[in-house]
Amino acid sequence: MLQKVVRSTIIDAPIERVWAVLRDFNSHDRWHDVVDKSRIEGAESSSQVGCVRNFTLNDGNHIREQLLALSDSEYKSTYCIVQATVPLQRYVATVTLKPVTDGNRTFWHWESSFATPPGRESELRDMVATEVYEAGFENLRRHLRADGDSRVVRPGAAGGPAASRNLPSRLVRASRAGGPEVLEIARGEVPPPGPGEVRIQQRAVGVNFIDVYLRRGWLPGLMPLPGTPGMEAAGVVVDVGAGVQAFSVGDRVAYMSSYPGSYCSVRNVPAQHVVRLPASVDEEVAAALLLKGVTADYLLRDLGRVGPGTRLLVHAAAGGVGLLLCAWSRRLGATVLGTVSSEAKARTAREHGCQQVIVTRDYRFADAVRRECGGADLIIDGLGEAAREENLAALAPCGHWVSLGQASGPLQPIDPEALVRKSATFSRPVVFDYVARPGLLAERAQRVWDALEQRVLRPPLIERFPLDAAARAHERLESRASMGALVLIP
Amino acid sequence: MIRVYVSSVIDAPADAVWARIRDFNGMPQWHPGIADSRIENGEPSDKVGCVRHFHTRDGGAIRERLLALSDYEYSCTYSILESPMGVENYTSTLKLTPVTDGARAFIEWSAEFDCDERRERELSDRVGNGVFQAGFDALKRHFMGVSR
Repeated sequence: MLQKVVRSTIIDAPIERVWAVLRDFNSHDRWHDVVDKSRIEGAESSSQVGCVRNFTLNDGNHIREQLLALSDSEYKSTYCIVQATVPLQRYVATVTLKPVTDGNRTFWHWESSFATPPGRESELRDMVATEVYEAGFENLRRHLRADGDSRVVRPGAAGGPAASRNLPSRLVRASRAGGPEVLEIARGEVPPPGPGEVRIQQRAVGVNFIDVYLRRGWLPGLMPLPGTPGMEAAGVVVDVGAGVQAFSVGDRVAYMSSYPGSYCSVRNVPAQHVVRLPASVDEEVAAALLLKGVTADYLLRDLGRVGPGTRLLVHAAAGGVGLLLCAWSRRLGATVLGTVSSEAKARTAREHGCQQVIVTRDYRFADAVRRECGGADLIIDGLGEAAREENLAALAPCGHWVSLGQASGPLQPIDPEALVRKSATFSRPVVFDYVARPGLLAERAQRVWDALEQRVLRPPLIERFPLDAAARAHERLESRASMGALVLIP
Repeated sequence: MIRVYVSSVIDAPADAVWARIRDFNGMPQWHPGIADSRIENGEPSDKVGCVRHFHTRDGGAIRERLLALSDYEYSCTYSILESPMGVENYTSTLKLTPVTDGARAFIEWSAEFDCDERRERELSDRVGNGVFQAGFDALKRHFMGVSR
């Protein structure tokens, strides 16, 4: 006869917060004491239905479990044991969360059914009920307290200790359009977060080429001058505004948003642009990776549909996005070619998976690409105008040219006749449109963290600059001398 | 279709809470908003299909039909046949689940209905706060008094 175990409890935290932990099928070694080590098999995401978590318990037992169902709308997940050294046969378990609407708490229901060898029914039932489920309840409570800096949001609490006052912030301002020298440091105050916002004490700010375009005044609609550039950062939540349930004071977070202003020490950000950081990702890594990693994710997965055999040409292959594209697309089975401007960069690009590196300082690469692979199915181009003819020449029939940036100067309009000769396509995507739907940013960010954890992506090369030295960071980025990602430390 | 969902935790075992709320004719005994109630045609109040005819304290008359009742799942589902509220296709479920790590019960009360678009907010609030949460608050007060 099937044994049935049901245990339930109330957790003093909003449902979004509890679910953020439990929906990750591979989070249990971070919060449940009985779990020693766990990994997801293959290169699958830990919230992909069908994925298998392979884990060991502290007592030496070894278990493989498969995720059978996951519903973000019902806060429910179901999984089964596929292989185990403990005799739990046909074990299927379901975790369900429900909100306690009159207290901002969460009802957590955990139930399972399984068969056992004869005579061991009550022993194994007790083990599942107490050592797995009840202990799990306590362990998760402790995890939320630790993760939330001992300040799990209490029912009705609107925010943390700083909630009611302005906080001082240092910020970088571009007073007018121009070179790096127009960036200057200023002081300001950040009011308490408005409805739907979190206030973040920033610990690392990502530097991207779009910041340079903003500073040069190329995107006046996006940043009127004077203005503060910067599209991403990572840090710690200081307080939360009305209606924010997914974050608590003390959460380590990162964000990317379609409007600038991240070159500062304290900032309010709408919660929908924010993601919580796993314990394995520190703030500098997050600031170096979030926007670039999410960019690589949509380029390879959605826009480029890169897979086995795709011939991919990556310009600036040793840059922040370039290195990610090389490593990730190689894992997807692509043939990866890259251009760089120096031998030192060529070495780095090769180390990250770029198979054919073309060293060129004058944007000549089409012949080499045709020689190596006959032409590129996909070109990811941050070079812009100086490379336009070479890009067209390097494209394979039916190839796709993605214009991601224009380091050499604004790309002039593309003549459709130039495309029709090869049935080529051209696109000009904006990363923020690829995270606009609710939940999409978290999903893409999770794939980046997973890729990092599974060593598909290497820990990023990071060059650090103090916030006050933002001008030097820009000089470095524009000099084409930098490798990997640049990060400002407030 | 509007959906209202309200939930709470009552500090008493699910058996005890269920004993107080299972009687389809017993709302006046535990809900502060209900003045009186009777079951039409002399039917038993736990017979699926029976109709309760009751008055709210502000004088409104409501008729509701019992659609499902489960002592195993501690749940009860009913629909509104007639009411002055201006709702249509109204069905509602009241359900308890034991909380196993303490003598507590998780209680959920939900409803689905159609109404005039301009009254969605008002009616959601009236059902969610005025009826459901008010019922929970009364249960909490009652069991606080019983258990201490």
